[in-house]
Amino acid sequence: MKAPKPPIEPPCWAQRLLRWYCRPDLLEDLQGDLNEYFERNLTAKGPTRARLIYIIDVLKFFRTYTIRKPDFINLLIHWIMIDSYFKTSRRSLIRNKLFSVINIIGLSVSMSIGLLVIAFVSDLRSYDYFHKKRATIYRILTKDDATGRPTMELATTSHKAGLMIREAIPGVEDITIIQREFSGDAKVNDETIIPIKALWADKSFFNVFTFPLLAGDSSTALREPYSLILTEKTANKLFGTTDALGKSVQFDTVAYTVTGIMKDIPKLSHLKFEALMSLTSLGEARTAVDRERMDWAGIYGNFVYLTIPENRNLQTIQKTLDRLSATENQKLKNRKITLSLQPLSAITLDKRYANEFGANVPSLVIWIVAGLAFVIILSACFNYTNLSIARSLRRTREVGIRKIVGALKGHVLGQFVMESVIIALLALAFSSLLFFFLRHQFLALAPQLNDIAQLELSPRLFVYFLLLAVSVGIVAGFLPALFFSKIKAIQVLKATSSIQLFRHINLRKSLIVLQYTVSLVFITSTIIGYRQYKSFLSFDLGFSTENILNINLQGNNGDLLINELQPLPAVNKISKSSIVTSLGSLVGTSMKYKDAQDSSLVWLNYVDKNYIPIHKHTFLAGGNFTVIPKKDAESEVIVNEQVLKRFAIAGRDPHKAIGEQITMDKQKLRIIGVLKDFHYGTMENKIEPMALRYVTGESGGYLNVSITSTDVPATLASIDQAWRKIDKIHPLDAKFYDDQIEEAYRQFMVITQIIGFITFLAIVIASMGLFGMVVFTAETRLKEISIRKVLGASEFKLVYLLSRGFLALLAIATLIALPATYLLFDRIILSKFVYHKPISINDLTTGVLIVMLIAFLLIASQTVKVARRNPANVLKSE
Amino acid sequence: MKGTNLGEFEELVLLTIAALLNEAYSVAICDELEKHTGRTAKLGVVHAVLNRLEEKGLVTSSLGEATSTRGGKRKRFYEVTHAGKVALVKAKDVRESLWRIIPGFNLEGSI
Repeated sequence: MKAPKPPIEPPCWAQRLLRWYCRPDLLEDLQGDLNEYFERNLTAKGPTRARLIYIIDVLKFFRTYTIRKPDFINLLIHWIMIDSYFKTSRRSLIRNKLFSVINIIGLSVSMSIGLLVIAFVSDLRSYDYFHKKRATIYRILTKDDATGRPTMELATTSHKAGLMIREAIPGVEDITIIQREFSGDAKVNDETIIPIKALWADKSFFNVFTFPLLAGDSSTALREPYSLILTEKTANKLFGTTDALGKSVQFDTVAYTVTGIMKDIPKLSHLKFEALMSLTSLGEARTAVDRERMDWAGIYGNFVYLTIPENRNLQTIQKTLDRLSATENQKLKNRKITLSLQPLSAITLDKRYANEFGANVPSLVIWIVAGLAFVIILSACFNYTNLSIARSLRRTREVGIRKIVGALKGHVLGQFVMESVIIALLALAFSSLLFFFLRHQFLALAPQLNDIAQLELSPRLFVYFLLLAVSVGIVAGFLPALFFSKIKAIQVLKATSSIQLFRHINLRKSLIVLQYTVSLVFITSTIIGYRQYKSFLSFDLGFSTENILNINLQGNNGDLLINELQPLPAVNKISKSSIVTSLGSLVGTSMKYKDAQDSSLVWLNYVDKNYIPIHKHTFLAGGNFTVIPKKDAESEVIVNEQVLKRFAIAGRDPHKAIGEQITMDKQKLRIIGVLKDFHYGTMENKIEPMALRYVTGESGGYLNVSITSTDVPATLASIDQAWRKIDKIHPLDAKFYDDQIEEAYRQFMVITQIIGFITFLAIVIASMGLFGMVVFTAETRLKEISIRKVLGASEFKLVYLLSRGFLALLAIATLIALPATYLLFDRIILSKFVYHKPISINDLTTGVLIVMLIAFLLIASQTVKVARRNPANVLKSE
Repeated sequence: MKGTNLGEFEELVLLTIAALLNEAYSVAICDELEKHTGRTAKLGVVHAVLNRLEEKGLVTSSLGEATSTRGGKRKRFYEVTHAGKVALVKAKDVRESLWRIIPGFNLEGSI
């Protein structure tokens, strides 16, 4: 006969939950009701559904009238016992110095990273907080859809859009149009000449933004043409005093009058400028370039900010914007420009738009960094959890006594959670010190970081820090506390041996595996990242960058400088180019072949005839420029293979393509040379169609100087001297091509450094945890080891016996970590780079070897120590 | 005036308790309500209403005997108090007086 099946019961945890939250006087009847329904559902709907309904009901009954009021007696007891908790916590801390040190160092080191992240995010979130209308300020974003081009999203918009919004949209309180940076040389009394970066702004600028004026009237200061508002700092630079109202400043040939002195801009402002100039100074559109700028499609130069009263419906405003752009777009061919609103507070943490202004950190980056910090802190919490549970034997008797004297489960739980919170607070003290030190290191990682954040301690930040410490304490201490609270008093006091010392061993093992998996993922990531970064630097770009010095002409006449530089002995050849390629800057225009309807964006560089020899580009067919074009009479172009491919010119045969005609910027150009493909963009970009044209403008762009001398400082000094003859105001801006490439990939170096540092911490924390566990295991098994030794086990066997468990854990961690890292890089991260080095076995194994070596040394040092102990001494004491 | 007035559902629950006499406990009230109104009466809603009625003093409750069903838990039986009866009668009176002033109410005309 079969044994009767046990009756199906509602889920255990749901019952417990109900018991926990429900008021005692309602509990029994409610339990009964739910049971009755459960039995009904069991027959009607089957066990699974019945259980599910039970759980939902339990959750649904969590209401104000059913919740148990907090037990004040319990709280009171906690309060009375705090003194005793402190005392025992302190004693236990001092008694187990090694474990306390491991815990406190681990927690404080990991928490300092958390503090850094908190301070950084808090800085970013408090950007633009000083504007009185911050909650109602919005910026107009532009989306530019054109056929044959990727969609562009810009932070700028057209001047015309600004004007139209002002007229067409009701409910917009104020709107201000700002034109992008003006930089020029400010002249005062023909003596002081200082380059200044300014913005053009219209008269409602101060209605939208809160930038207090020290002198001048904010409502009229930007009304008249040729008005100028200086910040305190700029005024001091120009006049040596802030009392400069009404004085005149000369830019080029135009004199501006100072109509206001502004308080310096706070650091956490996304708008940064040295001076403001009235937008009316730009006057009416006179030239064709100006007209284009004022056009609907002139979306590259202006920022529009507006304030919308809080109660206005943003959707209706968005609809008006859509309507407005729809009518304007009818005038455009194959192109759609749409506008949208972006709240001021979102600017610093949104994704990065083209033409972005000021600080911007994409929120994805924040999430990743915060995630890394979280992982590190969690790892340190694991150490605490692990070591506390492992050493629980030492304190079970204390808990037993407490329970006999009358402590409830909740009391013990509270005590141990409080103990871990105390330790976390102690760690916070250390980590704050570390934070002050790390702060500078962090800001020094990249100059951009220093501009973005200040990481100053504020009361608000301090509260966040405390919250972090308390939550770390709770997370770390919860499991051990739960473990202690479940101890049965009688068992403990009857005989210690009955306590299962190695209970929860699986939990502890999995925590160690997790820690090591994380450490291994980190270290392999760092190594792969570093190797890739190095490979980017030494990548074959398709041309030579060796010993080429790029001089930014900063608007000066290139030919004049060439005349000065050519006689220098160190200078070999000089060429001109409009941009420096392979660094990420792009210039493009559309190109057409025979089919007038088929146009495509082609990247450009304007160069002279020395450019190709200096950079050692390879010709597949044809040759260098032969004629220097006169004004508006360009006739030659050199293209790369991709152009032939894109337009299917001459059956993609470079030799036959020579002499074919293409159209660019309404000029018919003959292909005189086909270059082998090279990297115009960075490693993130695929090689796309590009063309070289002869440089026509006299000023601006770059000089590429090929240097033969090995004495770099002397060469630079002589070049600097030559530069001074041409331009006395701006310092020479000359950089070696190789250095520029390094700079272009600098962000990867910064990321690698950050992850490298986090890796270091992860390994230190995991190693400390492992060390603690090894010490503990060795000590507890001391007697066993001695007996084994007496019976004739060799030292090697004993070491093997003690360490094999740990080694197995490390092996598991490796098996998880390596494939995970490989997939992460191969499938996700490196797939973003079109050209990259494949991940090698070495990249993967180096990290593992390092971590394993450290772990093995830790394990060996302790186990050998124990195995060498004289068994007589150990066993004698019994 | 939350204290004295009855909501529609409260009134229904109160009436059901009165109708069920000695068998008025939460699950039975739910079943009875479903039977008479034709709409599903959720235990959570009925439970909340019972709790509110008790707070208002319109019903009293007492725990019954433990039985083998319901996992051995006792039932809580409800009984309408004097105040509850007064509230029910008052609600009925209000309705009737309103019905009386409607002249020649004709159901067919409105369809």
